[in-house]
Amino acid sequence: MSVVPVSYYLVLSAILFGLGVVAFVFKRNIITIFMSIELMLNAVNLAFVAFARAHNQLDGLVFVFFVIVVAAAEAAVGLAIVIMLAQHRQSLSVERVNLLKF
Amino acid sequence: MPILHHLWIILALPLAGAAINGLFGKRWSQPVVNSVAVGSVTLTLLAVAELVREFSLLAPEQLPFVGNYFTWMVAGPFKVDFALQVDQLTVVMLLVVSFVGWLIHIYSTGYMAHEGGYYRFFSYLNLFMFFMLTLVMAANLIVMFVGWEGVGLCSYLLIGFWFLKKSAADAGKKAFITTRIGDFGFTVGVLLVFATFGSIDFGTIFKSVSANPVSEAVLTTICILLFTGAIGKSAQIPLYVWLPDAMEGPTPVSALIHAATMVTAGVYMVARMNPLFSRAPIAMLIVAIVGAVTAFYSATIGLVQTDIKKVLAYSTVSQLGYMFLACGVGSYAAGIFHLMTHAFFKGLLFLAAGSVIHAMGGEQDMMKMGGLAKKIPITYWTMLIATLAIAGIPGFAGFFSKDEILEAAKSGPNANLILWLLGVAGAALTSFYMFRLVFLTFFGKPRYDEHHVHVHESPKNMTVPLMILALLSIFGGWFAAPKLIGGVDYFEKFLSPVFSMYAPPMAEPAVVIGEPQASAGMELLKALTGVPVIVAVLGLLVAWWFYIKNPDVPKRLARSVHGLYTLLLNKYYVDEIYAALLVRPLLWISTNVLWHGIDEGVIDGVVNGSARVARASGNQLRELQSGNTRSYASWMLIGALGFTVLLIALFTRVVH
Repeated sequence: MSVVPVSYYLVLSAILFGLGVVAFVFKRNIITIFMSIELMLNAVNLAFVAFARAHNQLDGLVFVFFVIVVAAAEAAVGLAIVIMLAQHRQSLSVERVNLLKF
Repeated sequence: MPILHHLWIILALPLAGAAINGLFGKRWSQPVVNSVAVGSVTLTLLAVAELVREFSLLAPEQLPFVGNYFTWMVAGPFKVDFALQVDQLTVVMLLVVSFVGWLIHIYSTGYMAHEGGYYRFFSYLNLFMFFMLTLVMAANLIVMFVGWEGVGLCSYLLIGFWFLKKSAADAGKKAFITTRIGDFGFTVGVLLVFATFGSIDFGTIFKSVSANPVSEAVLTTICILLFTGAIGKSAQIPLYVWLPDAMEGPTPVSALIHAATMVTAGVYMVARMNPLFSRAPIAMLIVAIVGAVTAFYSATIGLVQTDIKKVLAYSTVSQLGYMFLACGVGSYAAGIFHLMTHAFFKGLLFLAAGSVIHAMGGEQDMMKMGGLAKKIPITYWTMLIATLAIAGIPGFAGFFSKDEILEAAKSGPNANLILWLLGVAGAALTSFYMFRLVFLTFFGKPRYDEHHVHVHESPKNMTVPLMILALLSIFGGWFAAPKLIGGVDYFEKFLSPVFSMYAPPMAEPAVVIGEPQASAGMELLKALTGVPVIVAVLGLLVAWWFYIKNPDVPKRLARSVHGLYTLLLNKYYVDEIYAALLVRPLLWISTNVLWHGIDEGVIDGVVNGSARVARASGNQLRELQSGNTRSYASWMLIGALGFTVLLIALFTRVVH
């Protein structure tokens, strides 16, 4: 059985991360932006897992679990904020959320 | 020997008086302020008297007696002790300062009785005594400098005593700034002394200079620099301009500070530094020339002044010139002798002038006086005695001292005939303008409104000091009297240790005390009919001719030599020349270059400019914080990319 080289995983991870970044920068909908963040996190997770497997070490896996936990917490807080915003602004566009400036 | 080992007491007494009156005097009545001020000076005088008694018991080899109290500052090899010393010169100065100062304190209790700020006046006056005594007792140049600057400060405070009057405030500033120019030279001189001798202590310097020859160029530079300080302090050409203006101060101040004591500090300093000056003949010549020229020059201005105090002010400048002439021709003792007699008769002249002004209700213009002799007889007689003394009429104090100076200029070790001639001419002018003052003030018909001006003799506390000073103006010079009949000048003999201890060897034969005299009677006759006496009497007669016999002569003369008269009346336009050459360019440079150019342009420019740059860049940068989440994300992305590229560039090696 042929082994998939680690570089394949990394390239996939980079593509997913790049998609996440582009979506984060160009999308206006807050929910979509949220999803793009999740996409970037999971791209990173993929890279970690690939390295852990390649080097036969557990450190990368441990990191992945941490990232999943943090992402879950962030989703909880973030979605709460999104709900409050939707109630106040009657919109999900980030363009409308720009009061915090000089 | 209590006082001798506690010399600081002499300084502490007037300082305590100044502090007490200055801090608490405002709420006290005049008698309380008087008792503190006069009391402290009386105690000082008693302490000085006790000091003199103890001093007379000292053996000659114990002199100068130095009291070292504490080390003031140390910086590497530079060490300054707070040290006081007593020798013959100090004793003379102490006696003059404390005694004349005491009399003027008493006089002031009468003169200033109707003035506001009474406590302030006496506090300053006591403070002045403290600094003046510090100056004369100092055992090193730095302590001397403390006194030197301190008396300058008190002079400034007292000239500007009536500070609400603009002319008085301006005169104070002028005095302070002008003397500061001289003090700059003095300070540099002190530094050069330290650089040359490694010490600023009088004893060490003098021993060093007499043991190891120092290059004459260095000594000359030191002496000229020190003399610059004396020029400022003692109002010599070209820095004399502040002294006539200083007459804006109360008259007792003019008498004490600007006639009897402070302005003679320069002469004292030159005499104190005699071991250095005696080894710098060029500097000596400069001292003598400045002295002689000043003596003559300011006497000519005194001829036409009509303000009674201005005449005395120019006369003071002129007499100080004589003292420097004496020092410059190597006769320090004669200079100090004239300093002492001058303190008596010029102090008296000022106090008497103050009494006249008091009697006239504040009038200072002699043209509005006249015929006062009958109305204020004590003032008249005492002032006449002082005038006889300053004119050099035989028998009076000024005769002995001035005669000694002119004698030294004619036949002393550094005799110079031109300087002698200037001195004699100055003596003639002195006699003329002083008798002009007396005749205009006390003789002739009253030229004031007799219905409005109530002329009255001054109270006792003013007239008694006048009488005491009058006695001193007669007898104060008699120490030198035996010399006239072939004997010894006791004053010169008393001071001779100070001036011969470190004298350069070749100056020794100049001491001609023991020279065989032809005949006592001949000597006396020669002295009494000498040129100085003749010109003094001539001055008297001309003044009498001008102002009593033919009162219209001066006016006609003024008209016939109108140009000269105007020149003298305007004091040779020196103030105007200084204003045009120095003051106005300085003001222009200060205003346009330093103020508008450097201060506003460069210094404010840097400060305001950096603020403006910060604000402008902040204005630009705040656009970054748009509140737009996506733009933040973009910046983060750019940053992360940039950082990644940097990492790759720095930490990856190209593998071949």
